[in-house]
Order: sequence, then structure tokens, then C-alpha cells
Amino acid sequence: MSREVMEYDVVIVGGGPSGLSTAIKLKQLNPDINVCLLEKASEIGAHILSGNVFETRALDELIPNWKELNAPIKTKVTKEKFLFLGKQKSLSWPTWLLPKVQQNHNNYIISLANLCRWLAEQAEGLGVEIFPGFPASEVLYNDDGSVKGIATQDMGIDKEGNKKDTYEPGMELHAKVTVFAEGCRGHLGKELIKRFELDKGKNPQQYGIGFKEIWEIDEKNHSEGLVMHTAGWPLDNNTYGGSFIYHAENKQVFLGYVIGLDYQNPHLSPFDEFQRFKTHPDIKKIIEGGKRISYGARALIEGGIQSLPQMFMPGALLVGCDAGTLNMPKIKGSHTAMKSGMIAAETIYEHLTKNLNLSTYEQKFKESWVYKELHEARNVKPSFSWGLILGILFTGIDQILFRGKLPFTLKHKHADHEAIKPADKMPKIDYPKPDNVITFDKTSSVYLTGTIHDDNQPVHLKLKDPDLPIKYTLEKFDEPAQRYCPAGVYEIQDVNSVQKFVINAQNCIHCKTCDIKEPSQNITWVTPEGGGGPKYGNM
Amino acid sequence: MSVLLIAEHNNKEVRPFTYNAITAASQINEDLHVLVLGHKADDVAKSLSEVPNVKKVIHVDNEIYENYIAENYTSAIIKHAENYTHIVSSANTFGKNLMPRIAALLDTSQVSDIIKVISEDTFLRPIYAGNAFATVKSNDKKKCVTIRPTSFDPADKSGGSAEIVKSDPAEASSLTKFLKKEEVKSDRPELGTARIVISGGRGMQNGENFKLISDIADKLNAAIGASRAAVDAGYITNDHQVGQTGKVVVPDLYIAVGISGAIQHLAGMKESKIIVAINKDGEAPIFSVADYGLEADLFEALPQFLSELNKLNTIQK
Amino acid sequence: MKILVAVKRVIDYNVQIRVKEDGSGVVTDNVKMSTNPPDDNAIEEAVKIKEAGKAKEIVAITIGEEKAQETVRKALAVGADRGIHVKVDNVIEPLAVSKILKKIVEKENPDLVFMGKQAIDDDCNQTGQMLAALLNWPQATFASKIEVKNNALEVTREIDEGLETIQVNVPAIVTCDLRLNEPRYASLPNIMKAKKKPIEQISASDLGVDINPRIEQIKVEEPPKRKAGIKVASVEELVQKLKNEAKVI
Repeated sequence: MSREVMEYDVVIVGGGPSGLSTAIKLKQLNPDINVCLLEKASEIGAHILSGNVFETRALDELIPNWKELNAPIKTKVTKEKFLFLGKQKSLSWPTWLLPKVQQNHNNYIISLANLCRWLAEQAEGLGVEIFPGFPASEVLYNDDGSVKGIATQDMGIDKEGNKKDTYEPGMELHAKVTVFAEGCRGHLGKELIKRFELDKGKNPQQYGIGFKEIWEIDEKNHSEGLVMHTAGWPLDNNTYGGSFIYHAENKQVFLGYVIGLDYQNPHLSPFDEFQRFKTHPDIKKIIEGGKRISYGARALIEGGIQSLPQMFMPGALLVGCDAGTLNMPKIKGSHTAMKSGMIAAETIYEHLTKNLNLSTYEQKFKESWVYKELHEARNVKPSFSWGLILGILFTGIDQILFRGKLPFTLKHKHADHEAIKPADKMPKIDYPKPDNVITFDKTSSVYLTGTIHDDNQPVHLKLKDPDLPIKYTLEKFDEPAQRYCPAGVYEIQDVNSVQKFVINAQNCIHCKTCDIKEPSQNITWVTPEGGGGPKYGNM
Repeated sequence: MSVLLIAEHNNKEVRPFTYNAITAASQINEDLHVLVLGHKADDVAKSLSEVPNVKKVIHVDNEIYENYIAENYTSAIIKHAENYTHIVSSANTFGKNLMPRIAALLDTSQVSDIIKVISEDTFLRPIYAGNAFATVKSNDKKKCVTIRPTSFDPADKSGGSAEIVKSDPAEASSLTKFLKKEEVKSDRPELGTARIVISGGRGMQNGENFKLISDIADKLNAAIGASRAAVDAGYITNDHQVGQTGKVVVPDLYIAVGISGAIQHLAGMKESKIIVAINKDGEAPIFSVADYGLEADLFEALPQFLSELNKLNTIQK
Repeated sequence: MKILVAVKRVIDYNVQIRVKEDGSGVVTDNVKMSTNPPDDNAIEEAVKIKEAGKAKEIVAITIGEEKAQETVRKALAVGADRGIHVKVDNVIEPLAVSKILKKIVEKENPDLVFMGKQAIDDDCNQTGQMLAALLNWPQATFASKIEVKNNALEVTREIDEGLETIQVNVPAIVTCDLRLNEPRYASLPNIMKAKKKPIEQISASDLGVDINPRIEQIKVEEPPKRKAGIKVASVEELVQKLKNEAKVI
């Protein structure tokens, strides 16, 4: 098989905040470094989904005049609320009693997708070559085992794997350094972590699934700049999660829900928990009379520094959530992702000009404010494995009294897929039916994502053992894929009284939850044909 | 103020959409004239003169009008245009091909595919494949308008007696030559244009069971559709697929059998005038768009449906 | 032969459009845009004709705001040789578009002009026919097959009754149906090469064409919601409803 080859100094996989910051910083350090950035979405921003309350610290360093350059960062946080929800009632928590990391008064409510579009314009202005619609599907290695670059996906392969008339072979991009910035659970990042044993001696990584809807609401319920979070109902004490409600510009509200993927009950449906959450009187009154205009979901990384893998390997670096730099108690990962990319860029610059080893990345990272932040935050998420109440008590002591400086580090004990318990040992959950006003079903939700994959291409959700879902997972766990997938990709169907596991791959919104939560790790998410997946607007 | 409507016909019969266009045209102004350009199309002119809404028929008979050559039609229409404030036709492939050529020569910005006449200069038309409706007002002196036929009822066909005026042909164009027309001769209408579509989904369980659907399709002169799931399962070939990635259909009647209503499918049929869903799962999303939902086992319901249809004698072929 | 292909930038066909609350149009900010789908077929056909040795040059043209250039760039990546971008700031009507195209045709002297049969945003289906009229060229609309003959094209057209085949003299305008061909992918190497191909920028005002709107858009609204349907108890009831209430059988 012969593929065309292009040589670059640096190839970056992924056009999110970390990848784009790497690219921009590299060009700032030396405009002659040639940088190529690939993005699997049809355009930059189309696969970006985030809350997002944005801390500008990293951007202030990267592009200090972002205001002059009209960055889409406009809505300053003006007011904050935190509610503990009971089934009908709620308890408002005074914000002065919130840990400092959860206070947001210098931050902005933004659309991260729009910020990425703007960052891409800045990067292109500096000479970065950006190619949306081209997933990197394969890592290429040199004979000495170091990373040589990546190859893009072949286009025009049919369901059975044959070449169609429109077949276009992928292309090899070789680089002196390849930067992986795929975001949470990047499928190449996953391969590299395994191959180079980057997670050796680290705690298992922790993930969550985040949902987001954008609502256009009644003016009288809207308060631009208001940031609200909730914990509690509808989740039980043993399930980690909570909501965000951000009042953005144009009468929009960004409404979302995050649930830790270490949940135990296979009957739990994160999507339905989110839908149910909206029926709480205190939430419903905000969106009532409004209109849902967007929906999406994405896995996020929650492990913190205990789970952070080694971020360098021969010929390549991991940045942002491909490694896992999100600050969970802060509920923010954009600024840390950006900063990790900027540090990566400095490392690469010194590697290319002074021949310094890429391992200096880790050192620089440890000396940076990101590491300090993540270190202070390290004990919050694991403490919630004791349940919501104890978790909150501990977090209060850890974050308010000791500011994250307690002299010990709690551990993540299990990977998320190991947390799930047999279906017959856990209670079934009876979710209310959608009313199509406040709550919706999966299909009408997926429709809003604009997701599309050409029907006639190989299924991009690979089963290691195709019989396992029916023979084992269905029996033991009632096949939780039916529920954890936020896009209705997985179904169990009765065909002539024979049960069949159906994968509606064209519905996939690239959240990666299946790759994380499948109890036997039987599902592997790989890149579909370029340009496939959701077409998010201002998510 | 008078309206000139361009008739579509096959030199023997008026093509049905012309009657729908007549209804819309007479809503713009009652002084409606119809132009018949054809070859030996006297029967067409006569039929149109009997339409009560039509005040005058202008008949131009020449062999250059035997087929629709937009270039030839245009020069003849331009000759008559000065007497009219509105030139209209149906917005099917006939009118879509023809009208912009006329409009450009009259230096008029055409209003395409209207679904409602609000006033003589203001119309409602769908944009973005019907996902939005635009109200537009034409400020041109002379207006060129095409009419979405399915949005207007056909005009009455008899009772009128308009005068038929013969007129001379215009110059023929040598730019375009008609070679042939292949009418799609299928026992069943084409999926994209059928008045009735009956579709099967994964609930059909196998390809043989589609016979239950084709029996009804034969009876109703309907086209056969399918959901992506049924196509993927190999029950039926993919040219039957209705949906976002298949065909988008807008029939008068859409019958969804054993289709749960995945969003891709709904996108392909939700604009149908009347939607019927037959499904044993009462919670299936298809019921949310159905005008008439029947919660039943399709293997019982379909044979019953056929026998009920057989009792009717009014089904149009 | 030289082929001019007109392409338009529209909201991507997979994006659910949203009507603005003030009724002034649909939301286009931060919405994924793409080339109008049948315009891709137009480009593909031109490239095929060139690959068959029957055309020498393909020029892709778009009319629109700054970012409309992306569609020309894409055309260049799949085989067009050079591009033209006529810059206009507002949405203009097909009549104005065809007047601009006429000016470009007079300058470029192509033998053929290809474009999609209809844009999926305004759904007008006018530009090709109007341009043909203004140039007094023949038109072959809704083409699903094109054969290049000696100084003429044989074009099969998709019409309501089936298929019609006509012969048009060159120069001619062809508007393309989705069934004409399957557009190829733009490969990464070709996209890289396309970045170096020239795009000439022309301002519409320099062409001396009246592009002022003739049609006032009074309001844009969402289509009325489907009325909630009913459940029928039996097949008999269903047939009765279809016959007597809906009157569709």
C-alpha cells in the first residue's frame, strides 16, 4: 500500500483548546516551525462540547490582547448559586462557603466551540496549516519504536471493507514531534498510553459523561452572567454527579449534567437522569416556556494527577484531556488543557532548537501553575467514592480549611468499567416518559446534534468479541450500552425471537462513553470516515 | 390587472398540476387567462376553456411546441407578457425549468414555489426544504410566480365556457433539440413522486413479509418505502430507503408499518400530508408524528387493512 | 473547452436550521456551512469531462461574503484549476446572481457553465435558467447524464414523467441533479495543493451590475407544527378515517 507522505516539524492531532494552543505557541516561538493540525470534525468546533465557565489565565498568557482581537469571550460571571436538590425542594448553599476553586467571579461564560473557531483563525493567521475533516486513524512508528507521525483515514471504503469508486487512500504525515490532542479518551492516545506504558504506577483513569443542552428561554427567567450548579437529586448518594446552568448571552442558557462513569447500577441511564433532572421545580421554572435548540454529550476525564499518565514518549507528547489535565473540583479543563499545550510547545521548541529531550515536558509541567492547581484538587474526586455527603464534608475540610494542602493523597481504586455491578443485584430505575416540552427522547435529541456518518462505511465501533453482548453482557448486566450511550447507538433487538445486538453507528456523537464503560472493554471506538459525527454550533 | 397561466399538457390532456395552479392563480386575480402552447392540442384548449376559473384561453398551435423546449416556450410567452401583471405556472419540473427564463428576460425577480397567496404581490413560500416559511413581497411591476401544486386544491374542471383565442407562434430556437422522452413505466409509481407511500421497517422481520406491504401498495397504487433498519437487515434494496440519507418523500398519505421512527427516518417523511403508523409498540416515536396511529401487530393488521380496502370502491388509480 | 462552475456556500444539509426569533431569517452564526450539494455534482462532472480529455480548464466561481471562498477552495481541491470570488456583503437574489455571472462569462468566455439545479437555502431554482436567458444560450436543467458531442451536449434531464433527453448547442448552461454522479472526496494532498491555486477576487460593485433586491422578505417563521394525531382502535376505524376524514383514499 503506498500512501503519499508529507513531512512537518510538528503534527498535532485534534483541534480543541490544547491542540490549537500548542500550534499557536509554537508559531509564536518560531514562525519557521511548520505545523500541521488535523481535526476529525467537518470544521473546527463541530466536535467541541463543554460547559463552559472559562478561566482566562492561560489565554492571558498566550494571546494577551484577546479582547482587542474580539475573542468570543463576552459574558462575565456576575452571580453564583449552588443548590442541593431534594426531590421537590432545594437548599441554597451560600457561595462564600464554597471552596475557592468553585468561585467564578473573574471568569466568563463562553461557548468553547466558538473559542476554538476563534483560536483556529489566530493559528491560521500565524501560518498553522489546519485540515478539518481528516481524522488521524493510525500512529506510525520508526524502526526504533519512536513515534514517526500519523496516517489519516482512508476514504471511500464500503461496509464490507471494499474500495468504492470514490476511494481515496489516507496520507502519512511524518513529524519530528507529533502532539496528540484528541481530548478525553482519544483513540490514538489510548493506544500510546498502552504501548509506552505511560500509566504505569498511576491510578486507573476516571471519567464522567457530560450532557449539554442549549435553551433559549423567556427573558424574565434569564439573568445573563448567572452561574448555577446543583448536586443531589435525581442521583442517589452513591453516584457522583451534578448539574450546571449558565446564563449566556442572547437569552440562552447552557444546561448540563455530569455523571461519574464509576456508577454501579447497570440500570442507570445517564441520559434519563439528565432529562429527569430538568423536571425539578427549581430547574423547570427556568426553562419553562423556552425552547431547546441544541443537545450533545461527551465523556470527560476526572482522574486528576493521581491518574495523569506520563505525557511524553519518544517522538510524541500528550496534551490536554488526551492525557487528563482537567481540574475536577473547579469543573474546568479548558485553561489547563491550553496551558499544557503551551508547555508542550515550549518543550518542542527547545527540542528542535537545542536538542533537549522531550522528557523536559514533564518537568516544566510540574513547575507550572497547572500542576499546582491539579495537586491541590487531587483529593476531591476520590473522596466522593464514600458518597455525596461524606464527599462534601471532606471536600469542605480539604478545600476550605486546608486549601488542598492535606499531607496525603486519596487513591482511585477502580477503573470505571469495573465499578458496574450485576443487573440482578441492583435496583431497576423507572424513568418518566419524555413530555417533549421539558424532557425528550434520545432520537429527537440526537437529531439536534446534526450527526451523520455515511451509511456505507465500516462500523467504527468495533467489538472484540461480537457474541459477548448477547451471551454475557446482556445476561449479566442487562447490556448497559443501551442506556449509557447518549445517542441510542446500541440496541438489543428481537428478530424472530432471537436477540440481536444492533449498532446504529451513524447515530454516534463521538462521546467515547462506550469505549470507557463497557464492562468487559469489548467496544473500541475508532475514527469513522472524515467529517462524520456531530455538527455542533455554539456548544 | 390580469394573470397569465402557462398550461402544462401532453397535447392531448391537461397535466393535472395545471388545475392546482389555476386555483392559486385565480386567487391572485380573477381575470385569469391560460396560455396553451402545443401541437394539435385543441382538446387541451377546450378542456381548459371549461374550467370555471378561466376567463380566456390563448391557444398557439405549432409543431415547435410539441415538446417543452424552454427556449421556444419563452419567446412565445414574452410576446404575450405585456398584457399581464402576473405570469404563473406550477412549480414542478415543467414550471421550474421554464419560468426563470421568462423572468430574466422581463427583468423580474421570480417568486418560486409559493404555498399561499397572501395578496397580489405577497406570497408565502417554503425555504430550507420546508424547515422555514418566508413571507415575501415582490416589488417588480411584472411578477413571475411558480406555484407548489400540492398546496392548492385542483380547480373545478367543468361548468365554464371561456373563449379560445388563437395566436401566432413566435420564432423557433435552434439552440436546443428534443431527442426523446422515456416515461418511467413501472407498475408502481416512483417513490419520490408517489401520492401514497407505504413503508416497512424492521418490524417486518424478513424480506418475504414485505409481500404484505406490496399487496397493499398494488391496491392503493402506492410506492414502497423502507426504513434504514429494514434496508440494513437486507429485507429490501436500498433504493426504497426513506430518510435523511435515503429519499425524502412528501406524499399525500404515508403509511409506516413496523417502523419505530428513528429520527433519520422521520426527517425523510415528516412533511407528508397524512401519516399513518402501524406498530405494536405504543411508545414508538413514529406515533408522535402520526395523524392516525394503530397500535397493533402488523401481521394481523395488514391483511385486515387489505380486506377493508377491497371493500372500498373509490380508490383512485 | 473551458467550463465555468458556479458554487454556493449554504448551511450544511445536516444542520437543523433555526429561525431567528425576530423573524428576520435563519441563524447562520457559528453554523456549519458547506458547498450546496448539487454544486458538488456540477464540479465533479466538469472534472470528469476534463479527465476524459474533453475540457482544458475548469474555473470555479462563487458569489458571496469573504468566507464563501471556502467553496471555491474545495472545488480547487477536487480538480478545478482556478477560482473567482465575487464579493458581495448581503444575500442577493438569483436575478442579480445571474447578472453577475453574465459579466464573468463575457470576461472568461467559457463554453459551458455548470451549477447545481437548486440551492438548498432559498430553494429558488432559478439562476441557471436566468443566466441562459440573459446570454441567450440554451439550457439543460436537472441533468442526470451529460454526453459531450461535437460542439453540442446530449443531456438527460430528470422530469416529473421520467427522463427527457435533449441536445443543446455549445455554449450552454447545465444545471445538475444529485443523480448526475457521486462527487469524489477532496484528498488531503489535493487540499494542500489547492491552497496554492489562485483565486481572483472581484468586488460586485466593480462589475456595474444592479444587485439591489426586488423582493422584500417580510418575515421568516417556523412552519406550523403538526397537529397531534389520534390513536385508532381498529383497522376498520383507520380505513374509515382515511376515507372520510382525511380523504386520501
